[in-house]
Amino acid sequence: MRRLLRLSRSLVGKKMLMAVTGLVLFLFVIAHLFGNLKVFQGPDKFNAYAEGLRTVGAPFFQRGELLWAVRLVLVAAVLVHAWAALEVSRASWRARPQGYRLLAANDTTYAARTMRWGGVLLALYVVYHLLDFTFGRVNPAYEPGNVYHNVLASFRAWPVAGAYIAALLVLGLHIYHGLWSAFQTLGLNRSPTAHWRRGTAGVIAALIVGAYITIPVAVLAGLLH
Amino acid sequence: MELRAQVPSGPLEERWTRHRSEIQLVAPANKPKHHIIVVGSGLAGASAAASLAELGYEVSCFCFQDSPRRAHSIAAQGGINAAKNYQNDGDSVFRLFHDTIKGGDFRAREANVYRLAEISTQIIDQCVAQGVPFAREYGGLLANRSFGGVQVSRTFYARGQTGQQLLLGAYQALSRQIGRGKVRMYARHEMLDLVVAQGAARGIIARDLVSGARTAHVADAVVLATGGYANVYYLSTNARGCNATAIWRAYRRGAAFANPCFTQIHPTCIPPAGHHQSKLTLMSESLRNDGRIWVPLQAGDTRAADQIPDAERDYYLERQYPSYGNLVPRDVASRRAKDVCDQGRGVGPGGRGVYLDLRDAMARLGRHVIVERYGNLFEMYERITGEDPYQVPMRIYPAPHYTMGGLWVDYHLMSTVPGLFVIGEANFSDHGANRLGASALMQGLADGYFVLPYTIGHYLAQAALPKMDAGHAAVRDTDAQVDERLRTLLAGKGRHGADHFHRELGKVMWDECGMSRRAEGLKAAIERIRALREEFQADLYVGGSGAELNQSLEHAGRVADFLEVGELLCQDALHRDESCGCHFRDEYQTPDGEARRDDARFSYVAAWQFMGAGKPPMLHKEPLSFEVVHPSQRSYK
Amino acid sequence: MSGVVLHVWRQAAPATPGRFERYQVEGVTAEMSFLEVLDLLNETLRARHEEPIAFDHDCREGICGACGMVINGRPHGPRRATTACQLHMRHFPPGVEIWVEPWRAKAFPVIKDLVVDRRAFDRIIQAGGFVSVRTGSAPEANAIPVRKHDADLAMDAAACIGCGACVAACPNASAMLFVGAKVAHLGLLPQGQPERYQRARQMVEMMEAEGFGACTNHGECMAACPKEISIDFIAALNRDYLRAAFGAYPSEGAGEPTEG
Ligand SMILES: Cc1cc2nc3c(=O)[nH]c(=O)nc-3n(C[C@H](O)[C@H](O)[C@H](O)COP(=O)(O)OP(=O)(O)OC[C@H]3O[C@@H](n4cnc5c(N)ncnc54)[C@H](O)[C@@H]3O)c2cc1C
Ligand code: HEM
Ligand code: HEM
Ligand code: SF4
Ligand code: F3S
Ligand code: FES
Repeated sequence: MRRLLRLSRSLVGKKMLMAVTGLVLFLFVIAHLFGNLKVFQGPDKFNAYAEGLRTVGAPFFQRGELLWAVRLVLVAAVLVHAWAALEVSRASWRARPQGYRLLAANDTTYAARTMRWGGVLLALYVVYHLLDFTFGRVNPAYEPGNVYHNVLASFRAWPVAGAYIAALLVLGLHIYHGLWSAFQTLGLNRSPTAHWRRGTAGVIAALIVGAYITIPVAVLAGLLH
Repeated sequence: MELRAQVPSGPLEERWTRHRSEIQLVAPANKPKHHIIVVGSGLAGASAAASLAELGYEVSCFCFQDSPRRAHSIAAQGGINAAKNYQNDGDSVFRLFHDTIKGGDFRAREANVYRLAEISTQIIDQCVAQGVPFAREYGGLLANRSFGGVQVSRTFYARGQTGQQLLLGAYQALSRQIGRGKVRMYARHEMLDLVVAQGAARGIIARDLVSGARTAHVADAVVLATGGYANVYYLSTNARGCNATAIWRAYRRGAAFANPCFTQIHPTCIPPAGHHQSKLTLMSESLRNDGRIWVPLQAGDTRAADQIPDAERDYYLERQYPSYGNLVPRDVASRRAKDVCDQGRGVGPGGRGVYLDLRDAMARLGRHVIVERYGNLFEMYERITGEDPYQVPMRIYPAPHYTMGGLWVDYHLMSTVPGLFVIGEANFSDHGANRLGASALMQGLADGYFVLPYTIGHYLAQAALPKMDAGHAAVRDTDAQVDERLRTLLAGKGRHGADHFHRELGKVMWDECGMSRRAEGLKAAIERIRALREEFQADLYVGGSGAELNQSLEHAGRVADFLEVGELLCQDALHRDESCGCHFRDEYQTPDGEARRDDARFSYVAAWQFMGAGKPPMLHKEPLSFEVVHPSQRSYK
Repeated sequence: MSGVVLHVWRQAAPATPGRFERYQVEGVTAEMSFLEVLDLLNETLRARHEEPIAFDHDCREGICGACGMVINGRPHGPRRATTACQLHMRHFPPGVEIWVEPWRAKAFPVIKDLVVDRRAFDRIIQAGGFVSVRTGSAPEANAIPVRKHDADLAMDAAACIGCGACVAACPNASAMLFVGAKVAHLGLLPQGQPERYQRARQMVEMMEAEGFGACTNHGECMAACPKEISIDFIAALNRDYLRAAFGAYPSEGAGEPTEG
């Protein structure tokens, strides 16, 4: 713990915390995707899955306990991730008090340059998303327990579906750079694999985002009832 | 003034070892009480400053660049010699010693050269331990290459960046001592004068190049490691900032200047492209291992290189020197290039260039081998000239490169001013009248790591130095003189910046005191330089103030000194009525155009003493005797 | 080629505000290097008794690392693997307009015009960028064989000239490439092992104390680096730093210079 604290004091260490928490969030995104894709198996299976989330771990855990444990980890990860992002960004802004008239971009990507604002957008998105599906505050047709219905109700309004798709694209960019970046930050990139890691990250990001997007698209296209 | 070389007696092989254990030591407790100034952070300066600090002395180190890592040693490409005999090709300390004496055309001190060869092996050990990434073989052991003028492979190298890697090793050792607080580093500081009190060197006056402030630094000994003065030619392979100011100011304070006319012209440089050329770039000599040098047989042949059939090409080095061919020593290769260009057979703009052609090697070895060996050199050539050397042969021409001459030092590397030590290229060194490739790095590091740290102790242990501080009259006087000099420069409101005069001086030096020299030419050059000095005084413009970063002022001060160095160089060349090594006097040559040495009259080191402004300097001679290697005519035929 | 327009950042002193100044330079030839164009401009300025432009330079062959300026938005100019001093005018179209700025980073304060103070790099090396070896105490050079591959890789990293273009190009003004290159160079060789992790930690601590930004893996540094130092070495630095933090290496006394 002392070592972790010391690590968190340096910028390089903060980047490492960001990478680890980012990877935790990334794992969540993948797991969440697998869950969400069950929407194509129809309301019963999907709702059962949602219910399953709450009962998984029995008999060791009471209903919802494990879910809450995971939620705690996620909340902690997001907080640490966001805090480190803020610290690191501030250090970088301080490091160049006077900017250039022009600084050309050569090797960097759009994804890399939009990590900060992309992250903020993602945070806003998650808040909205929780209000939408978990708390039902922004979803007038919200029915507690009927997750399938909630998803369809939301996505049938094309502005909502559109916003989701946009957010998912932002997520794609964040993962594209973030995944590669996390390996680099944790010192896992070594030659010769270092050279295809970037491409691999792109493919993974595209697959994830593509798969997610099928859901709002399918709803809009009327494939799910 | 008396030149006491202090060479120990006894068998050559034992002198240094014995002497080292006999000279006096400074007690460990006393070392921190001695303050030593090291001016220069090149191979010689950085290695010395780091080693002295390690021993416990209090050290201050100066360089004019913004970081000690940028000293000019960084630019050395080819490699560093050492008598390791790793190639099992018969190398030995004796052979390296012998090659160096012979390569220097018998104008170096035997005992010094032997010591250098002896220490060479330790240098490699030291550098490897510091993490210098020398080239290695697949078995993990160190690789070697051969270098012009010798028949064994004893050159260690790190790609084409040997000087950089060796300097970074020394810089890192120095940095470690700076970090420990044992060395105070003064970067962007230029030494402008030497403080001599009661006959001993006791400090320097430096200018902080950022604030412009003059600062006095008092010490028990001063070490100059300020590099060579090849920039007296304006265009040279040296970095733009290389200058003679430190050694010239020391000369004016009583340090004898030895063999100033021994300057080396490197045969394989990229020819100048126009009036605004600001420096010349060296192409590593290793290219001569596989490249063939030629010019068209006919003068005025303007065909492109690939249009000229083999029968109409003159591979003049192979023709004239069947046994060494393209690998003759630098001085010979340079002079022959000048000859063919003088005959109107030169190639490229202005007819000042010869071809260095790797076409045959590429055909024989395959392009990939050439890419591997010389790829980065080819890239550099392409970057500068815009020509693709894989398609058209490279053009090369000789350029001023290295100065064997420098301040005279004894076996302890101390100048004629007690307490003033001179190391690296700045001293008159161990290379005689011509330096072999890859030997300068060796000498700089030998001086700095392994010789000076011992011999300076001997001086400090004996010298009874009175306490002194920056308020001392000698310091104040010197400082006032520096101030006066700066004011005069700043007052200049003429038409030309210092560059103009530097370029003019360079032209005179190159034409009359370059690859070959003649008495009348040298006399005319001396007159011209004197006139140039007057023009400089009358027509210089500097501008700005002395209390800020003022690069025009820095350059003007250096050019002012070069205008004096140039004259001494010509004078020395004029007095030496013989040809030896790089000093080639047209009047003294054999019928087939080789240098004719005159051992009966000139087997000595010419050390010049400053006798006052406007007065001719006085010549002192340190006779050279050869007990082991007997002078013979060099022959590379 | 003949006339070019230069917009050069002029700043009299660290604390005074700077601005771009426009200059028309005549007589530029394709063979000239970019610094020779500045020489030419300075000669005209001096002839007009105006203040010449201050810029750092020395070797003019791409090895000392003294030169450095941002040319049309690119540190060292548009050519890859080329320092400003080795940049030749044949790479610009005739009549081109060129904007020239100094390196911009808090850790590299402007001294004057295009000259910046890069001593922060020296202090980073002083914090640990060395192998502690006493003069004369080294073992025989061939006593420890080094895999050729490692030696070559170490040389790739060691080729850094300390110019600072990586910092200048980095959107975060981070010095990770410079530090990574040194940590990797020494960490790849057997001679560098004893101090390997301590070195990584000490150099990183100094780097951060100097006020460089944090690396977010943009890779711009590598694109600007005249020696094409690879960002793989940044990963290597991260690896060593992480091990320094969690491995079984002494973590006390961080920041103290090594003795011995
Ligand atoms: C292009 C090139 C390639 C070379 N290749 C090789 C090679 O392959 N092998 C080889 O053996 N040799 C080579 N040499 C020669 C060799 O590099 C030099 O002779 C050697 O590096 C000189 O080292 P030094 O320490 O004496 O001086 P330098 O490295 O020149 O250092 C001089 C130092 O003195 C400082 N200084 C100078 N004047 C002042 C002043 N007035 N005030 C304060 N500080 C001052 C400078 O800042 C600098 O730190 C080459 C030379 C050149 C030009
Ligand atoms: C709370 C909202 C978020 C913010 C503010 C945010 C911000 C950032 C920032 C600024 C970076 C550094 C950029 C870089 O390295 O170039 C980053 C990296 C990263 N983010 Fe996020 N992010 C957020 C959410 C997420 C989510 C939801 C994920 C999961 C998919 C994620 C995964 C990553 C990863 C893997 C990295 C790479 C870490 C590294 O290189 O060290 N982030 N994030
Ligand atoms: C098409 C895309 C998505 C759909 C259909 C979707 C659907 C859902 C649903 C139905 C829930 C509620 C589950 C429940 O209460 O049982 C939920 C929760 C959640 N979603 Fe999504 N989601 C999508 C994309 C995302 C993305 C991209 C993220 C993160 C970046 C995300 C993060 C979350 C979080 C944090 C929760 C709360 C989990 C919890 O209750 O602990 N979702 N999602
Ligand atoms: S890493 Fe490259 S850009 Fe950075 S200082 Fe070194 S050489 Fe310059
Ligand atoms: S550009 Fe900057 S962000 Fe990192 S990879 Fe290079 S230091
Ligand atoms: S001047 Fe030395 S690298 Fe450009």
